[in-house]
Amino acid sequence: MKAAVLLFPGSNREGDVARALRLVSGQEPKVVWHADTELPQGTDLVVLPGGFSYGDYLRCGAIAARANIMDAVRAHAARGGMVLGICNGFQILCEAGLLPGVLVRNAKLRFVCREVFLRVERADTAFTKSYRKGDLLRIPVAHGEGNYTADPATIQVLEGEGRVAFRYARADGHIDETDGPNGAINGIAGIYSEKLNVLGMMPHPENHVDPVVGTVDGRGLFESIVGALKAA
Amino acid sequence: MKARVIVTLKSAVLDPQGKAIEGALRSLGVAGVQSVRQGKVFDVELAGNDKAAAEGALKEACDKLLANTVIETYRVEFAE
Repeated sequence: MKAAVLLFPGSNREGDVARALRLVSGQEPKVVWHADTELPQGTDLVVLPGGFSYGDYLRCGAIAARANIMDAVRAHAARGGMVLGICNGFQILCEAGLLPGVLVRNAKLRFVCREVFLRVERADTAFTKSYRKGDLLRIPVAHGEGNYTADPATIQVLEGEGRVAFRYARADGHIDETDGPNGAINGIAGIYSEKLNVLGMMPHPENHVDPVVGTVDGRGLFESIVGALKAA
Repeated sequence: MKARVIVTLKSAVLDPQGKAIEGALRSLGVAGVQSVRQGKVFDVELAGNDKAAAEGALKEACDKLLANTVIETYRVEFAE
């Protein structure tokens, strides 16, 4: 697997993502600077890590979404290449138009840093094959602007096409958007692009890949990607 | 030429920050405040005096960067 982890000024989770990829794939990802115009030859996964690119100035992810490297990411996605955006990476993908909708200020205005339960909405994509549909994952969130929203027509399309990847759930799997950490519509924690090759999610699966932290619930996501790329 | 770009949330979009400010104004005892919605203001200086060209440039600026038109609208005012 050839993974590229993008680095913007203010990204801060690139090391954790790189570590998760290394642990699961045994291969070292390349870190790619935002001002570059091309991805390394043969890149098959692009990861936009979490952080506070450009200090969240203007809107979260807004300035990073206009960085040079994003044209290469758009071309990679258009070819069907896999793209994963986590937290600020998800915000950047929305701002770049690679995913619909937008992440706005948490409904209760607080920065939320805690573990949540995520329900796996489908287990037949390149990102989730190592899970089962309905699995509940313990994964942490850490964000102030994770409240996913879009116009009703877009939400209808996302729901109708099965493009919701994960939802915030209670410990028993029940979904109630008022229980979620940020007020996201329909409890949406992550969404896919139309061709299911781009995934954006607010929670941090890269935090939970090593038994030393008590759970490895995030590992399946990286194992799925590695498996899908091997099969391709 | 000087222009002011005003970006505001669309009316259908919830504005929790505006709500919090509204609550704070109420608790300060400021009379008559019915509602508050928060927005952004950009003061932009443009080269030349061609208003039509400036309007075009500012529209491009808003559509490409200053506003996220999924949730925001914008308007431009010129200083006379």
